[in-house]
Amino acid sequence: MKNLGAMFERFGGVNLLPVLVAIVAFVLIGAPSSWVTLTIAGLAMGMMIFLMASGLSLIFGLMDVLNFGHSAFVSFGAFVAASVLAFFGAWLGGDSVFLSGLALFLAIAAAIVVGLLGGWFFERVIVKPVYKDHLRQILITMGALIVAEQIILAIWGGTPTSVPRPAFLEGAWIVGDVSVEVYRVFAFALGLAVYAALALILNRTRIGLLIRAGVENREMVEALGFRVDRLFVAVFMVGSALAAMGGAMWAGYQTLISPALGAEMMIVVFIVVIIGGLGSIEGTLLGALLVGLLGNYVGFLAPKMALASNMILMMAILMWRPSGLRPAIK
Amino acid sequence: MTQTPTIGALFIKAVVLLIAAGLLFAPFLFQDVRALEVAARICVFIVLVASYDLLIGYTGIVSFAHTMFFGFGAYGAAIALKQIGNSWGAITLGTLAGMALSLVLAVAIGLLSLRVKAIFFAMITLAAASVALVLASQLNTITGGEDGITYRVPDLFKPSTKLFTDEAGKVVQIGGVKLNGKLAAYYFVFATSLALFIVMLRMVGSPLGTVLKAIRENEARAEAIGYRVVAYRTFVFCIAALVASIAGSIYAVWLKYTGPDTALSFAIMIDILLMVVIGGMGTMWGAVIGAVLMVMAQYYLRDLMSVAAEATAGIPLLPHLLEPDRWLFWLGIIFILLVYFFPKGIAGTIMDKGRRT
Repeated sequence: MKNLGAMFERFGGVNLLPVLVAIVAFVLIGAPSSWVTLTIAGLAMGMMIFLMASGLSLIFGLMDVLNFGHSAFVSFGAFVAASVLAFFGAWLGGDSVFLSGLALFLAIAAAIVVGLLGGWFFERVIVKPVYKDHLRQILITMGALIVAEQIILAIWGGTPTSVPRPAFLEGAWIVGDVSVEVYRVFAFALGLAVYAALALILNRTRIGLLIRAGVENREMVEALGFRVDRLFVAVFMVGSALAAMGGAMWAGYQTLISPALGAEMMIVVFIVVIIGGLGSIEGTLLGALLVGLLGNYVGFLAPKMALASNMILMMAILMWRPSGLRPAIK
Repeated sequence: MTQTPTIGALFIKAVVLLIAAGLLFAPFLFQDVRALEVAARICVFIVLVASYDLLIGYTGIVSFAHTMFFGFGAYGAAIALKQIGNSWGAITLGTLAGMALSLVLAVAIGLLSLRVKAIFFAMITLAAASVALVLASQLNTITGGEDGITYRVPDLFKPSTKLFTDEAGKVVQIGGVKLNGKLAAYYFVFATSLALFIVMLRMVGSPLGTVLKAIRENEARAEAIGYRVVAYRTFVFCIAALVASIAGSIYAVWLKYTGPDTALSFAIMIDILLMVVIGGMGTMWGAVIGAVLMVMAQYYLRDLMSVAAEATAGIPLLPHLLEPDRWLFWLGIIFILLVYFFPKGIAGTIMDKGRRT
């Protein structure tokens, strides 16, 4: 048993978990073609969840603020992107890849801008007065979430909105007897690019150094003369923008979105952040991939267990590692 | 250490007494069906909110699973009444089953997550509650899915039951109110709610309540004096879960219907949260005031808002925000402002008036 544990650690430790899940699922599912489809769907879903969750994790790690209103940015991102895409509907329908790509780019950019502005407003007005008071933080961000949901209902109405997709992201590639949806590959690639950019910024730049130092010991960084609160506004804005971007991607993935979207995703995002360990983007990525894969496999094998499976996964991981798989804060 | 009550505290207690009297005579004071619904809902929510206040106000932990326990009680009573028939035994059995399930889950969640940070606890209870909601709407055969369950209650509570008859065999009326089964059902709700509230009030005033306040004020110090904080918190979490479960059973008996919307939905959790904070955390009296204000707002504010929406019909966006369905928007803003400026809520703020410092 001890040898097994040591071997597990040597081959990457907790990073192996998604691979293990995939192998177990391969045995249980039996049919390779459906396994490949499910794995790709799971990876794509995991990457979108990662976009939504990474900001929450960083915000908590740096400033000890848990933003229950985070999912409001997901909803806003989704609806803004849907509106922009609908506005450029003519471009999307046309044959020009450039024009429909431009429309998609504009939609995601609009979501990001809304996330940045919303994040700034949220940090300054909602969260700033209640630093270091967890009870009031939870209450006030919850109140903000209620208000944000009502604003979405007032602007876009309660009926589900359909989201047009660019023509070149529609359809699927057929490789052998495996069909691969193009949008999933796109979502996965975009998520991976964002992860790479985040990892690069956090590990290779001076700002990233400051953020990581702030996560580990905020007082010390402040004592050295850096203004962590300014840094925090930036992290909050970027985190909210990432959530909005994740929401925009999710809207395109679902193609039909309702105002309940934010509340649904909030649960998943929380589970991912808890599994991954607060404050680290590596942990968040790991948690997101695990949840995405498991959700798709279980959805195929035992559909009724889909949401409960996330919960069971969280319980199991918390029993094993009470502060998550790869926590940044010891 | 005894404190002389402040003028504000006396005022609050007088208001609560007035509310209690109002609820006691509600069927005679407001003689329409809707008012009785409102009064019964207020009774149940006072208990529910007070039990939540035990958690949030006296130990400072935020749980989002309170509706889950409420729902367990409601579904327990509902399933038992549906499967066994409309007997008192079924109600008892269902209530006990709901309480048992609540207790098991509360112990599990408490032991698993109360030792970590308060914020983890909030997130885990939120996840647990959402899973319970999904399960309730998916297990069609047991819970009736999205449609819920309708069932019959004991004969005593039927509107056609005559409690007292005069010589002609007709229902006796007092002040124009028929003494029928509906009245009996209301007083069943009122009496059990009152009993539960008094039990909780007694608990807060007992040595246990003092320990809880000590934990709330300074956790590290309470631990240092020798109180086992985790044990106390888990205990209170279990008590609150049990009371919520009983409240759910009572509400199920009153409504004769249980579904995800009336017993488990996240909207109820938000209602409870708003009631506790608006009324005032950690006072018990605040729960009464918050529940009364919110339930009244739910039923009557919408009427007011539809009038306002019509009046502002020409202005863009404003009518949308004034629609009756958008009442949560305004409550949310009030909620945020209250947490900023009056973190003690209505009751807490008024009770501090007249205190010598």
